[in-house]
This record gives sequence, structure tokens and C-alpha cells, in this order.
Amino acid sequence: MSVVARPVKPAASFMIAHPVNPLRTSSGRYSLGRLLLEGLTGQRGWSRAWAKASPRPRYRVVIVGGGGHGLATAFYLATEHGITDVAVLEKGPIGLGNVGRNTTIIRSNYFHPDNIRFYELSLKLWERLESRLNFNAMVSQRGTLNLFHTEAQRDLFTRRANQMRLLGVDAQELSREAVKALVPLVDLDNGRYPVLGGFLQRRGGTVRHDAVAWGYARAACNAGVDIIEQCEVTGLQREGARVSGVQTSRGFIGADTVCLAVAGHSSVLAAMAGLTLPIESHVLQAFVTEAVKPLLDVVLTYGAGHFYVSQSDKGGLVFGGAIDGYNTYGQRGTLPMAEEVAAAAVTLLPGLARLKVLRQWGGVMDMSMDGSPIISKTPLEGLVLNGGWCYGGFKAIPAGGLTTAHLIAHGTPHPAAAHLDLERFAAGRTVDERGVGPSPYLH
Amino acid sequence: MLRIACPWCGVRDESEFRYRGDASRLRPDSEAGLAAFTAYVYERTNPCGWHSEWWLHVAGCRQLLKVVRHTLTHEIRWVGGACDQAPPQASS
Repeated sequence: MSVVARPVKPAASFMIAHPVNPLRTSSGRYSLGRLLLEGLTGQRGWSRAWAKASPRPRYRVVIVGGGGHGLATAFYLATEHGITDVAVLEKGPIGLGNVGRNTTIIRSNYFHPDNIRFYELSLKLWERLESRLNFNAMVSQRGTLNLFHTEAQRDLFTRRANQMRLLGVDAQELSREAVKALVPLVDLDNGRYPVLGGFLQRRGGTVRHDAVAWGYARAACNAGVDIIEQCEVTGLQREGARVSGVQTSRGFIGADTVCLAVAGHSSVLAAMAGLTLPIESHVLQAFVTEAVKPLLDVVLTYGAGHFYVSQSDKGGLVFGGAIDGYNTYGQRGTLPMAEEVAAAAVTLLPGLARLKVLRQWGGVMDMSMDGSPIISKTPLEGLVLNGGWCYGGFKAIPAGGLTTAHLIAHGTPHPAAAHLDLERFAAGRTVDERGVGPSPYLH
Repeated sequence: MLRIACPWCGVRDESEFRYRGDASRLRPDSEAGLAAFTAYVYERTNPCGWHSEWWLHVAGCRQLLKVVRHTLTHEIRWVGGACDQAPPQASS
């Protein structure tokens, strides 16, 4: 009560105590105390979370793509390696690409040991991300539960869980009854694919995806990075076997190193420099239902089809399926896959049949030839590639940014991402989690 | 929903077909070397534009079709049999 009684004067002194830097629009530090003060004084003290920079003619590092990976790379370049002469170029506004189009799931339950290590690094970074960025990204470790429906599938999952445990990552098997206790909605005896049990990674969960883009953008900007929105790259400047800058809709920008972080469109950008990549572009759809009261507090994945679902804090059920299955750059899905996903949804969770789907959208994926990402130098000097994320891009943002920044700063791959180089295809050491070969429409 | 005009069965929905990837790749000569085979197996031009691709009519005549389709608009400009060549103007 006493706090409410004296609103005006403390606010004035607060604003003087934390002036906005005229050179660099810093948003200051976010805290509970500041939230309280702003709430009592009309929310007038907030400034932009990141500055709208104009491009300078030259940078040490130019990152093409202001999505999760581009912004995270810039942040770790500035904070881990002291390289602040960095620009992030984004053709539209921040947050409208795949970082804002995914189903927000984080987990590290992979089979390939190198993949486990890489995604576990990412999960560990997620666990500390909010204090590192001073931004509430709503990291929620609610657990990811993968169901199995046959004994062979259980054996396969057990093998994966054992592999994870060997590397110190948590995984536990749940019985049918434990699955039912955790997710009462599941129809265990659905007639078609009865549920035999599940594997739970307790530390998996979800993160507010927009906040990841905003949090990294703000933290990178505060660390000295230029974030340049509405700046489309139209060409890569090549001098022999070296890339020396980018042509953009806002003029030429020179750079010692150009990093492509434009998953979905990596092939288009690489073609500007005359490179052909081991990537096809495919669309992946996601859906959200109308908001309902809390009924699902884990991330649930179906084992007899491609369907995964979680409930957002607003109450909508967010779910997705497999890629539509043919090359496309259209950020929209087609109906046959929507029908397949809906069929899987109501087989597993019959109660969902009563809900209306509010929104549906599509994101363009870089589907690589072995289903694993690419963080690598390229045959062209000065050009680094972060791409090929298939559907794993969102959960990998912190590790992708950290390892790409390491590669740019040192010229050698980070130990956790050394297996993700471009050379692996010619060398015959592909990282094929599912073992289906170079057919991206099957990954 | 794509509608593909199969030369044998007529216009059918995409759900009758199975996509089989880029049809522009040609298997190199057996002595062509590692670089040529790496490019053949792994590299794709992946254009944002006209794309020549294989579609197998699994729920129809089971013929392998060659289709020229735009990867942004999904417009289909030409459909032929596996050994047919699309006219050059189909992919420009």
C-alpha cells in the first residue's frame, strides 16, 4: 500500500538514474523492481529492446539472416569472442521467419552420439538462457514424452535411451499406466496403434519462440552488434575463391567473413556465390487450436505417425507433423498433410476432435541429405554456412549460435559441432539419425 | 493440393502420387571420379522456381512421371513419361 501511495517522484528519479544512451538505444536491465516501478508510472520508461541500425560500408563479420541462429551467432561472437564489429542483415522484421513458425520444442533425445552431445549442449544453454540474456523466454522444462506402440519400437527407444544415459543425458521408460497417469487424454487402446508405453526426457520442454528472437536481438544489440532489418541480400561479392561482401537492397556491405544463417533459403543464397549445397527446401506445417483449460502438461509425440503436441500458456494446443514431402519455397502447407496430422491427433487423443483449429502456417526447411545440420566453412574463403536444420533448428539455436561463432572467431570448428561439416558427404561420414540415405523427403 | 495430369490416367490428386525428387540429375560415367559422384548423390540445385522432378503414380498406373513444377507457386507446366524430355521453354 505504501508503495502505491507515492508514485510520481520515484519514477522521475528512476528515469534520470537510467538515462537512454543517445548513441545506442539500450533497453537497460529488466528486473522485477523496474517492472514494478514502470507499472506504477504508466509504462513510460521503456525504450526499444534493440536499436534499428543503418548499415555501415564494412564490418568484420556480416551475418545474413536475423533468425534464431543468426542472432545467437552475433550474440556469442560479441560476448564469447569479443568481436562486436558485426552486422546481422534481415530482409524483413526480426522474428517472422522460422524462429516464429515452429512448435517451440526443446529436447536432446537423439540416437547418434555426436547429435546427443550437440543437442545436450543446446539444452544446457537453454537452461541458463534467461539469466544470460536478461529476458524472459518462458523456458518450460515440462518434459517430452515419446510414445511407442510395438515391442520393436520399444527396443529401438530403449537403445536410444541407453545411448543417452551413457552420455549423461536423462531418459526414463514409462509403463502404459504411467503414460495414462501423466496424460489422461491418451487413448491407450485406440484400436489401431495401442500405446505400450513411452520414454520421457524430463528436461525437455518448450520455450516461447518469439522471445528467443527478441531476447537474442536485444542482448546482441546491447553487446554492440548492428541489427539491420528490412535489408535483403541480393548478391554475394566474390573475388576469385573469396567472398568479400554482400550486395543488399541498402547498398554494398563489405566483410571479412560472411555467415549464411538463412535456413530454408540456404541454397538460394549459396547459388549467388556459385555453390551447390546438399540441401532441398521443403515446407513443414504447424497448427494451433482454440484456447482451452490446462489439459496437457508435457510435450507428447506419437510413435505411429508424425504428430507432436504441447499446450501453450495461452491454452491453445500447438501441434505439427511431417513435411509435405516435395520441394517448395511456399510458406504455406497443403491439405493432404493437414488431414494426415489431424487423423494422427484424433487417433491418439480422441478428445481433440471437439476442438477447432484456429490457425495453420508453414515454414520452409533446409532438408539436408543426411537429416543433420551443417555448420561449416565452405569451399569459398570468407563464407561460413549455418543451415540444413531440417526440423531441428529451433531447439538447436543456442548451440548453433555458440558453435558458429566459434567457427567464425577461430577458423576451426567447435568440438561439439565438428561432425557437422560440409566435407562429411564426400568423405562418407554422414550423420544419418534415421538411416534413410540421401532422400530429404524421407528424413 | 496439387493436381497432376498423368498422361495415362488423366488429372489426379497429389495424394495418389509419391514424390521421388529432382529429375534433372544424370548418373555420371562410372570412371567420372569421387567429386562427380558426390555431386550426383548429394548435391541439389534446389531452385526457387521451375523444377523438374519425379512423381510415382503409386495409386494409379504406377508409372514414373517427370513433372515440371514451380517451387514457389506450385504451378505445373508440363507432365511426361520418364523417358520424355520437357520442351526447353517449360523450365524457363
